[in-house]
Amino acid sequence: MILTVAWIVPLVGAVALAAFPRWSEARARQWAAAVAALSLLALVVAWVGFDPAGPLFQHVDELRWVPSIGVAYRVGVDGIALAVATMSALVFVAAIVYPVNTLGQPRQYYAWMLFLQSVSLGVFLALDMLLFYVFFDLTLVGMFFLIGRWGHGTPQVSALKFFLYTFAGSLLLLLAIIGLYLSIEPHSFDMRVLIERQPLAGTGLYAGLVFLALMLGFAIKTPLVPLHTWLPQAHVDAPGPASAILAGVLLKMGTYGMIRLPFAMMQETFAEYSLVVGIVALVAILYGALVALGQSNLKRRIAYTSINHMGYTVLGIAVAAAMFSDNLAARQMALTGATVEMVAHGLITGALFLICGSFWQRTGEYELDHYGGLAHQAPLLTGFTVLAAFASLGMPGLAGFVAEFQVFAGTFAVYPWLAVLGVLGILITAALFLDMLRRLFFGRLPLHLGQFAELKRAEWGVLGVLSLGILVIGVYPRFLLTLIEASSVLLVGGR
Amino acid sequence: MPIGDLLPEIVLLVGAVIIVLFASFAPQERQAWAAGLALVALALAAGFSLLQWREPPALTFSGVWALDTAAVATKLLVLLAGAVAVLLSPDWMRSDRRHGEYYALCLFTLLGVIMMASAHDSMELVVGILLSSTASYPLVAYHRSFKPALEAGMKYFLIGALINSLLVVGVVLLFGLVGDTDYTRTAQVLATGGDPLALSVAVACIVLGLTFKLAAFPGHAWMPDVAQGAPAPVAALLTVASKIGAAVALARFVSLLPESQLWPVIVALIAVVTMTLGNLAALQQTDVRRLLGWSSVSQSGYALMAVVVIGREPQALPALLAFLAAYALGNLAAFAVVTHLRGRTALADYHGLGRTQPVVTAVLILALLSLVGIPPLVGFFGKFLLFKVTIAGGYGWLAVVAAINTVLSLFYYLRVIAVTMFKSKDGEVHVLGSWSWLALLVSAVLLLAASLGVEAGLALMEAIRFAG
Repeated sequence: MILTVAWIVPLVGAVALAAFPRWSEARARQWAAAVAALSLLALVVAWVGFDPAGPLFQHVDELRWVPSIGVAYRVGVDGIALAVATMSALVFVAAIVYPVNTLGQPRQYYAWMLFLQSVSLGVFLALDMLLFYVFFDLTLVGMFFLIGRWGHGTPQVSALKFFLYTFAGSLLLLLAIIGLYLSIEPHSFDMRVLIERQPLAGTGLYAGLVFLALMLGFAIKTPLVPLHTWLPQAHVDAPGPASAILAGVLLKMGTYGMIRLPFAMMQETFAEYSLVVGIVALVAILYGALVALGQSNLKRRIAYTSINHMGYTVLGIAVAAAMFSDNLAARQMALTGATVEMVAHGLITGALFLICGSFWQRTGEYELDHYGGLAHQAPLLTGFTVLAAFASLGMPGLAGFVAEFQVFAGTFAVYPWLAVLGVLGILITAALFLDMLRRLFFGRLPLHLGQFAELKRAEWGVLGVLSLGILVIGVYPRFLLTLIEASSVLLVGGR
Repeated sequence: MPIGDLLPEIVLLVGAVIIVLFASFAPQERQAWAAGLALVALALAAGFSLLQWREPPALTFSGVWALDTAAVATKLLVLLAGAVAVLLSPDWMRSDRRHGEYYALCLFTLLGVIMMASAHDSMELVVGILLSSTASYPLVAYHRSFKPALEAGMKYFLIGALINSLLVVGVVLLFGLVGDTDYTRTAQVLATGGDPLALSVAVACIVLGLTFKLAAFPGHAWMPDVAQGAPAPVAALLTVASKIGAAVALARFVSLLPESQLWPVIVALIAVVTMTLGNLAALQQTDVRRLLGWSSVSQSGYALMAVVVIGREPQALPALLAFLAAYALGNLAAFAVVTHLRGRTALADYHGLGRTQPVVTAVLILALLSLVGIPPLVGFFGKFLLFKVTIAGGYGWLAVVAAINTVLSLFYYLRVIAVTMFKSKDGEVHVLGSWSWLALLVSAVLLLAASLGVEAGLALMEAIRFAG
């Protein structure tokens, strides 16, 4: 029940917002924040009640929905899903509480936010492929309206591009899901059955095509180079909190999907192609980092680092899938690292995009050259940005390091060359973040920034919570690793 | 002669005759009462059709008339579409002083469509198609002083005359080959072989002939004009009802053909061309009704996917009807919105509609998203079943083409949604009266109910099969 509560509560909250037209802006925001926090609380309860020694999927709910085609309402989590879902709920609470200009339509804005939270959590909690697809598609609808209505620049063009591009991916996903569904007798969308039976093992071309469609679908969402071109534009034109959700939550659906569907259900096929996937991930790592280095637009730069970071996650997944390597421990470590990377990236990039939102609210400008010397003017903003940037470039003691260390340690054992080349990505990321910090906060304060305001309480409160999360994971990752390892051991096959 | 087997059709016929008589004698201010009569006739016909559901699939009237679940499901869908269209009409037609016979023409059109779907004999099929065509030509051009309506009527008539004659040529050829027009006999003779060339020509002519009512390539060109120029309730009726009838008729016909024929490939090619053409043409439209017309063409292409695999996949027919039902609900709701907004048609007139007419806009958005196939709306399940049977039937490439087309279609549907939500409004929004509002709500409730009650609908669809 607890998982159902977690995704339904925000939906009810959204409906309530739509139904009460008289609520003021402050009231709508308080309501949305309370509802989002309640959903987070439900997931925390689920976390506490999760037994690391228990079966793969726990807290399972099942209800009849459309039995004649083998669809049912099935939710449940393993450690990976639970970790990502809880992180997502936290990012949503942060994004909702973060102050933003709602352009005179606060109720609609918060209703869409809650709707998006509901369906995003649904993606991570679903145990039925069709339900997964339903939620996966509905996130596009929610994001489309958030970008189109509250974005800046050319929001409608960006929203349309985002929807079309990612919808193309999700249709490939649908075809692949039908392919998986037809491969099993009796036809079923139950993920647990598919994971257990591995129906496509040894079917050659058919399995290859299904795998290709699945991976293309998720690669667009993740996004992997060269399917990333929707991302920078959507990010630049989206409002700050929506960007935080886009990077923090929506991108994770791509990599989470890779773990849940192709990785878990088609182990044999994935193993065959793991080197190819690993190379693509390496390209994404290096290309994302290099292009980010070349950006002079703050938001674009951070957007491209997302491509780089999601590349680490995919690299970890590819290594974990390399079944022929008998180095079980390394593969497990890579999968755990990939999941931690998802959680860490969600928190870090969520914080960075919220910070971008703060810059935009103050000046309406993302160009790095517009800024400089803000360290004295806004010390709190400087502090939080420095922390998030250092976490993002993989400084030990912060969340990003835990993730990247495990991914690279695992990769080194299986594909040493990929690891050697991939580490270059970290070097470039370090350069680009240091350069960004220098141009934003150091040097001389330009005249037009004389009125630049320090963070408000709501802003630094939110950033404080996210930064605390980054620190805790960096210093004491055990609580997170226990949860994730419980599942990665089972998935990789060590128990 | 088991007259009782034809009760729904007889009710429609009698209803239409009564309406004609009523309209001739009733004073001008009571012409709209004919709508009530039409609704009664539709309700009675639907009731009698429901009674036929339980019977095992059977043929009646010496085997020319099918009484199977496929025919009954088609009747119910078509009658439902007719009821929504009739409900939309009184407000729309209010300015026309003598319009009672309009409703009679609607009933005749529906009767023709039902005959198409139930025909188990090629002559019967021709009669059904001609009846629904002739009854709907005047409907399209009902606003005599409105130039686009006349143009649409003319196009509809000319294309209809051309393609229907092609159909008749095909039927005559088939008759010459088989020596009978009865489907059962046709199937038997064809199974034993025959002149392959003549048979191919006959089949090609009949399949192409059916594309007219289906609004599929090459007989599709009337659809956008009718959607734009005809009275909006008639557009709702013709985009939905005749497509359903023709799709079922086509499915019934091709399932007679032996495997040796190449028809699945031909139908698959028609499907590809139809959906691609419809979507590409819709991309450019700045007129919402025309856009809906082209989208309706592309939806015919999707429906044909199920026809392609009808011989290979037992679930293809239920999938076809499920898709058609989902399409009908989405399209009816969309046209109900257009009608309720007094047929406002330029995309620019929809700017900022969400601020002044939130409910109407919500219905429009739901309808369009259902037409794209965004889950959990009913359109998604329709499309999902189509994809499923197409892949299971070995036509994976066709499913991929359809998926690409779905992305294309999303673009123009979203354009409409985006202007209603993101643009600022200009000018006042005038709406029709309470009848159209009622029809709008009915169509929206039907759409939502079907989305929530998918399981019940699919369970019914499972029982659908052809007689004979």
